Amino acid sequence: MTQVADKTTHLSNFTQFREVPGGSPSWLEARRKAGIDRFDFIGFPTTREEEWRHTNVAPIAKTAFKLASRDSAALASETAARFGFGNDAAVELVFVNGHYAPHLSRPAKLPRGVRAISLADALESDDAALEPHLARYADVVKNPFVALNAGFIRDGAFVHLPRGATVEKPIHLLFVSTPSREPAVAHPRVLVVAEEGAQATVVESYVGGGKGVYFTNAVTEIVAAPGARIDHCKLQQENLEAFHVATMQVQLGRDSHFVSHSASIGSRLTRNDLNVVMAGEHADATVNGLVLATGEQHIDNHTLLDHAQPNCPSHELYKHVLGAKSVGVFKGRILVRQAAQKTDSKQTSKALLLSDDATMHSMPALEIYADDVKCTHGSSLGPVDEEQVFYLRTRGVGLEAARHLMTYAFAADITRRIRVEPVRRRLEEYMAAQHGLPIDLRITDLGAHDEAVRQL
Amino acid sequence: MALLEIKNLHARVAAPGGRDILKGVNLTINAGEVHAIMGKNGSGKSTLAQVLAGREAYEVTEGEVLYKGQNLLELSAEERAREGVFLAFQYPVEIPGVSTSYFLKAAVNAVRKHRGEKELDAAAFLKLVKDKMKLLKMEPSFMNRAINEGFSGGEKKRNEIFQMAVMNPALALMDETDSGLDVDALKTVAEGAASLRRPDNAILVVTHYERLLQYIVPDVVHVMMNGRLVMNGGKDLAIKVDTQGYDWVEKEVGQLV
Ligand SMILES: Nc1ncnc2c1ncn2[C@@H]1O[C@H](COP(=O)(O)OP(=O)(O)O)[C@@H](O)[C@H]1O
Ligand SMILES: [Mg+2]
Repeated sequence: MTQVADKTTHLSNFTQFREVPGGSPSWLEARRKAGIDRFDFIGFPTTREEEWRHTNVAPIAKTAFKLASRDSAALASETAARFGFGNDAAVELVFVNGHYAPHLSRPAKLPRGVRAISLADALESDDAALEPHLARYADVVKNPFVALNAGFIRDGAFVHLPRGATVEKPIHLLFVSTPSREPAVAHPRVLVVAEEGAQATVVESYVGGGKGVYFTNAVTEIVAAPGARIDHCKLQQENLEAFHVATMQVQLGRDSHFVSHSASIGSRLTRNDLNVVMAGEHADATVNGLVLATGEQHIDNHTLLDHAQPNCPSHELYKHVLGAKSVGVFKGRILVRQAAQKTDSKQTSKALLLSDDATMHSMPALEIYADDVKCTHGSSLGPVDEEQVFYLRTRGVGLEAARHLMTYAFAADITRRIRVEPVRRRLEEYMAAQHGLPIDLRITDLGAHDEAVRQL
Repeated sequence: MALLEIKNLHARVAAPGGRDILKGVNLTINAGEVHAIMGKNGSGKSTLAQVLAGREAYEVTEGEVLYKGQNLLELSAEERAREGVFLAFQYPVEIPGVSTSYFLKAAVNAVRKHRGEKELDAAAFLKLVKDKMKLLKMEPSFMNRAINEGFSGGEKKRNEIFQMAVMNPALALMDETDSGLDVDALKTVAEGAASLRRPDNAILVVTHYERLLQYIVPDVVHVMMNGRLVMNGGKDLAIKVDTQGYDWVEKEVGQLV
C-alpha cells in the first residue's frame, strides 16, 4: 500500500475545505488542525494492526475521493422520503451528502430549550454548548478515521437536551448519500448532549440511493449527564458500493442509561466502532447489534464497553445473519478498570451462516483489573438448524419459507427489542423481501397477529 | 385401495458409510384403522415414522410407499404435510423466536392453499384453534409462546397433539407420544388423539406401553425388530408385550431375523 499517495487525496481536500468561509470558531480550527495532522502522521491502518486484522481498508485508501457536495436532484428527495419517519419522528433533520438540507427536513415543536439543529447552524452562532463537548471524546490519536473526520468538522447534527427535558418521539437524523460520477466522501459529525435527567430517543439513519461508489466517514459523540437517558438507534443502509466507517463515542455520567441498537444491512464495507465509557457510578449500558449481510458485503463491528466506575451493568448482544460470500467481524472488548468493582457485564455474539462461503470472525476480549466483578461472554456460529427446518416442513411450511422463518426468528431477538417502530418495520420488510417470502408468511404482521391473540 | 401401503422398505442413514436401519418393512393401513408399532429402543420405529414424513437425513435404498395410491417418496416433507400426513415427534423441536400461533396459522394456510381453499384470516384461525385448545386443556397464553421453547416434556407432547387436531390429517403418525407423560396428561393427550379418529383417516401409533392403546384401541399391533415388522396381532399382543417384554418374540421369530 502506498500510504503517501493515499493520504494526499484527503490532505488536498483539507486545503480546499479550509478555503470555505464561515462556521469556524478558532477553538474548532485548532481541533480540525490536530485531527488532520494526526491523520497525516498515522495514515490509513493496515491489516497488520490488531484492530484492523480482519478488515482491509485498502479499497478506501486507494480511492481518490473528492469532498461530497450538495445535491438537489430528485434522487436525494426520493431517498429522503423513502427513509423518512413522517409523523413517527419528533423532528427529522435530513442531510444530503453530509450537508444539511433544510427543505427536506421537518422541524417540530420541541419541548422548551431542546435543540435539534444542524451542526453548521450551531457553529455559525458558536453555540456555547459546543466548545466544551465537540470533538472532545472520540479518540483522534488511535483511530485515523476519527482523526480524518475531525479535520472536516463542519456539518452534521447537534442535539442539546437541557436538564430534565423529555422528548417522547424519536429525533431522526437522516443522512442521505447520492453517488456522483466521481467517488466522494462525506464526514458527518453528530453531537448529542443530554443534561441531567434529560431523556430522548435519537435515531441515525445512513442511507444511499442509486449506483456508484461513495464513502461515509461519520463520527458521533454522545454525552449523558447524571440521570440522563438516551435510547439510540442506528440504521445503516448505504448502497452496495459504498464504504461506511463510523465511530460512536458515548460518555455516561452517574446513574445515566444508554441503550443502543445498531443495524447494518447496506454498504460494501462497513466498520463501526462503538465505544461506551461508563464514567459515573451506576451508569447502565445496553448495546445490541444486528448485521444482515449478503453478496460480498463485509461488516465489522468493534465495540468497547469501558467500565471506569463501580456498579455499572452492561449488556451486549450482537447477531449476524451472513449469506453468500459475506464476512462478519465482531470484536467485543470489555474493559473493567481497577476502580470498577461490582461490574456486571454480559456479552453475547451469535452468527447464522446461510451459506458455506460466508465467514464470521468473532473475538471477545475481556480485560479485567478489578477483583469483585461478574463478566460473562459467549459466542456461537452455525448454519440454520435443519432439525428445526424439518419440523416446520412437516407442518406444511415450504423449505424456503421455513429457512426464512428461522432467519427471522434469529434476528427477532434484536428486532423485537427495537422500540423505534419505523426502524423495526424496515428491518422486517428488508428480510421478507430478501427471501422472496410468500405472502402467507410475511412477518411484518407478526406483532399485530400476536396482539390479536393476546386480546382473545 | 389402502390409505398407506409400504412394500419392502429399506432405508439407511444418508451419509457416506451410513448404516442400514430399515431392512424390509411391509405394512398396509386402510382408512378408518388404527395400527400400533411396538418394539425395543433402537429397532427403527422412529426412523420409519421420519422416513414416512420425508426426513432427508435418511435415504430409501429399496422398496416403495404408496399413499392414497401415489408414490409418497417422491414428495417433499411439506408436500406430504399438505397432502394430509402428520408426524407427532418423539422429540418435538424447540424453535425460539417463532410464536406458536403465527406458525400454526402459516401451517394451516399452507395446507388450505394447497387444497385450493381460501386462507384463514386471524379471526377465523383463532376460532378454529379455540376448540382444539379446550380439547387438549391448553392455557390461552400458550399460543403466544415460542414453539416448544422452555416447555416441559408433557407440554411438548400435548402441543404435538394439539397441532395434529388443528391440522386434521388423513394419516397421523404418533411417535411415542405417551413417553414421559403422567397419568392425567396421558389421558388428555390420548383422548384428544382418539377423538380425531374417523372412517376416512388412519393413525399409526408408536408406543412402548399398552396404556395408551386403551384409549386409542388399535385394529392391528405390530412388533418391530431390527428394522422389520416381525409379528402382528390384535390388541392382546400389546398386552403381552407390555407385560412380558420382547424375549419371547425374539425366540419365536429368531430364525427370521
Ligand atoms: N441419523 C442417524 N444417524 C445414525 N444413526 C441413527 C440415525 N437415526 C437412527 N439411528 C440409529 O438407528 C437405530 C434405530 O433408531 P430409531 O429409529 O430411532 O429407533 P427407535 O425409535 O425404534 O428407538 C438406532 O440404533 C439409532 O441409533
Ligand atoms: Mg424412537
